[in-house]
Amino acid sequence: MKEYDLVVVGGGSAGLAASIAAYEDGVKSILLLEKEKFLGGILLQCIHNGFGLHEFNEQLAGPEYAQRFVDKFMSYGIEYKVDTMVLGINEDKSIIYSNKEDGYSIVKAKAIIMSTGCSERTRGAIAIPGSRPSGILTAGLAQRYLNIDGYLVGKRVFILGSGDIGLIMARRMTLEGAKVLGVAELMPYSNGLNRNIVQCLHDFDIPLYLSHTVSNIIGKDHLEKIVVSKVDDKMNFIEGSEMEFEVDTLLLSVGLLPSNVLLEDMGMEMSSTRGPKVNEMMETCKEGIFACGNSLHVHDLVDFVTKEGREAGKGASRYLKGLVTRNEECLECVAGDGISYVIPQYVHVSNVDDNVEFKFRVRSPMENKKIVIKINDQVIKSVVKLHLLPAEMETVVVKKGEFTSNNGKLVIEVEER
Amino acid sequence: MKEFICIVCPRGCHLKVDDDGNVTGNSCIRGEKYGKQEAIDPRRTLTSTVKIKSELVRRLPVVSSEEIPKDKVKEVVRCLDSVEVSAPIKVKDVIVKNVMGLGVDIVATRTIEK
Amino acid sequence: MYDVIVIGAGVIGGCVARELARYKAKVLVLDKENDVGNVTSMANSAIVHSGYDPKPGTNKAKYNVLGNKMYDLLTKELDVEFKRIGSLTCATNEEELEIIKSFVSRANDNGVEVKILNQEETRKIEPFVSDSVVGSLYAPSAGIINPFELCVGLFENALDNGVELLLNEEVVSIERLTNRFVVRTKDKEFETRVVVNAAGLYSDKIAKMVGIDYFNITPRKGEYFVLDHFEKPFVSHVIFPVPSEKGKGILVTPTTHNNYLLGPSSEFVEDKSDLSTDKPTLDNVRVNASKLVKNIPFNYIIRQFSGLRATGSTHDFIIDERDGFITLGGIESPGLASAPAIGKEAVRLVNSVLHLETNPYFNPFRRKVIRLKKMSIEERNDLIKQDPSFGHIVCRCEGVSEGEVVDCIRRNAGARTIKGVKKRCRPGFGKCQGGFCEPLIMEILARELNLDPLNVRYDSVKSYILQSETKEGDK
Repeated sequence: MKEYDLVVVGGGSAGLAASIAAYEDGVKSILLLEKEKFLGGILLQCIHNGFGLHEFNEQLAGPEYAQRFVDKFMSYGIEYKVDTMVLGINEDKSIIYSNKEDGYSIVKAKAIIMSTGCSERTRGAIAIPGSRPSGILTAGLAQRYLNIDGYLVGKRVFILGSGDIGLIMARRMTLEGAKVLGVAELMPYSNGLNRNIVQCLHDFDIPLYLSHTVSNIIGKDHLEKIVVSKVDDKMNFIEGSEMEFEVDTLLLSVGLLPSNVLLEDMGMEMSSTRGPKVNEMMETCKEGIFACGNSLHVHDLVDFVTKEGREAGKGASRYLKGLVTRNEECLECVAGDGISYVIPQYVHVSNVDDNVEFKFRVRSPMENKKIVIKINDQVIKSVVKLHLLPAEMETVVVKKGEFTSNNGKLVIEVEER
Repeated sequence: MKEFICIVCPRGCHLKVDDDGNVTGNSCIRGEKYGKQEAIDPRRTLTSTVKIKSELVRRLPVVSSEEIPKDKVKEVVRCLDSVEVSAPIKVKDVIVKNVMGLGVDIVATRTIEK
Repeated sequence: MYDVIVIGAGVIGGCVARELARYKAKVLVLDKENDVGNVTSMANSAIVHSGYDPKPGTNKAKYNVLGNKMYDLLTKELDVEFKRIGSLTCATNEEELEIIKSFVSRANDNGVEVKILNQEETRKIEPFVSDSVVGSLYAPSAGIINPFELCVGLFENALDNGVELLLNEEVVSIERLTNRFVVRTKDKEFETRVVVNAAGLYSDKIAKMVGIDYFNITPRKGEYFVLDHFEKPFVSHVIFPVPSEKGKGILVTPTTHNNYLLGPSSEFVEDKSDLSTDKPTLDNVRVNASKLVKNIPFNYIIRQFSGLRATGSTHDFIIDERDGFITLGGIESPGLASAPAIGKEAVRLVNSVLHLETNPYFNPFRRKVIRLKKMSIEERNDLIKQDPSFGHIVCRCEGVSEGEVVDCIRRNAGARTIKGVKKRCRPGFGKCQGGFCEPLIMEILARELNLDPLNVRYDSVKSYILQSETKEGDK
């Protein structure tokens, strides 16, 4: 059985950054496994630009951003296999995978980084009523058909969900000759970036219907018509508010879910983000198994995925070098008032190099608030934020010296100013 | 009078720009600059694809090397319909030089080796 | 001239066709759909009922019990997934307990083994029943089956043995001549000596074409939730409520692929193609399922669907022969369980007219289905050595390889559509619902069937996925 110091599962932005960081930190025995034909992950179909402002201080298209990491990865000569599906991970960190060349194989790893990305929520997950014709698909699938394969899925389109993928697809399909009749968002606010609302919807006079959703689907073979209804504050359809749209395509941009089947199969409990719980070096509850990127929590900017991948890569490297001190003392980090989740969930202060960057999201849009970090009910840090949106991940850096205790509870919450 | 939502930061100020280019509704100097530009000469970066002869893929993603006037975006995309390239192509290779005489190139955003 | 034309390629038509293959006969099956087993046979509870509850003496009682007993051999021959996991009909109060006790004598009359379990005994074999369950009727012979695979297996085996199948051929008229019939579709006509009407929801319409008008079929819709498979233990039996006038009620059951079904509702509808679901009905399914089983992990819901039962106006299965026209109508629940026995009876009726000779070359076995997931490492690698495409996994959720997809396309009655592949080897049934694998399955279908990807269909001939190619201007 072949053995590697580090096996990385998933060759998208997170996995590439993690492999590169581990390599640069001295880990030379690395194998990366990727299920698709190419390295680069989902960015290869995100052909719009706007990636890389934080990483490179310039705006790149998705494939170009990915290419920079692929090129670096290749220049280091790190071993990788594409068209390779990982099927299972055993307790002893052996990894079962399958591909055409090696067949059904097992490799052993001293450390594993999971960077398996996320999947799109489907019609079934949100139970849209009505019939079941073709022509209803997730925005990401339509994006792949359009940008990679060169096919348009329809000519008269409606989009459910105002997440960025939906907005981007509204513009892409319009420019390729489709008519986008509107975007409906269940919440009273959009989940997409302002820039996308302006440049993808306003530029093409595409209406955005807030507090609306699809209440019926009509069509026997292919989609013929949808009904869009306003919803009340309990998300029930409001009778009499129905609008009909004759469309051949309904794109769903209704959220992403971290993909963690492999960790779930190992019996690992998932957190509220549907990703594993991790500590300050992105290590899960199983020693030597790390997680990063969209399989840990869904990010809004790829630059932050890259950064997180790097943290996991460095963490794995430290682990492999035996630089990690293990002791019982640990802070449990939790989401307080107004916050939906906090990452990392555990901090071993003794193991912190310089600082910990906490990542979190607010539950609803807010203005002019204070983000407060408390350890065992004592405020250790607070930051004023003028604008807070659930669509935008927030971060607060806590320096090693600012941790007032090595154990107990760390809470991040929103307070009035 | 023209109205825009500012996109320079997440705040999304509602800008009003009068005929003389005076911006109101902004909260910062960057917003004023954005409002003026949007009122006089709105520009956008264009991304699209072109056909490619390759063993691996059917489309090559491309970008405009600089922003182009907003009202030219659709025309430029149509203009790319007739373009077909062959692999190998490298990121930043120029696919269409000085597209429609706008002084802007269309360049590849992906490397396709074969 | 055909000896027999079977109208309808559902599970009933499939059982009839395969039984007919045992004889020297020229047999044709016609169906209006783009795949076999595509209507009622596809969307149901996937249960082979024990047969304890139909009224003794009815066709439902007779064929259910007979059919159930035939499943072990049938599924072995056709290599179809089937498990006798047993059913528990659960009483949630003393009154219901009395009702289920009264079913024991009915079960005895029907010749079905059942046992009354008290609260403790019920909980012991099924820890997931709700706390309000006070006792149950245990029927160990009830089973779960993969109904898609059953239909595919029946037709593949029938076609292997010489039966012909034409899809997308809707019968529009039948003319009765002396000792023969002319069966017409939109642009074809066929002559046959015997017609078997196995047209499910449309069996009344087909019967009326030859003047048989003593029954009507009213579609009765059932809506369901599907839960994803998960690692934690959950129900391991078919869990029923106490049956009522409206049928067997909303049940909770595992499937042969470790998914779970919640449902069905039961509402008469007018439109025989109305497969829509609606929120109030499904909300009610949730509430009723929760009365039977506790801690249902609703966050694992991956899909909703509805099916239409072919409820006949006579309230029993209609099985008769009139001058060479055989009607199999009103085959609602327990139709799936009864199908093998109905198939046998239909062929007995055919033989009463045609006196067919036995086919000495009939092979009851279908070539084994390749199921990578159930193979050992050595078996897998042997297969991959012969054909590397078995090493290429195309569906992450269900662990399906390219080789399995190709195999299900290349068989008789093979897959022609995305949904056809999904029904035969599962890509698209998992959490991503095809989000990742659909383009790969499309690529394989296009390659194998020599189609432009624009012509690959999701299901029916009109259900396109890709509308046009980009960069074609205003063409």
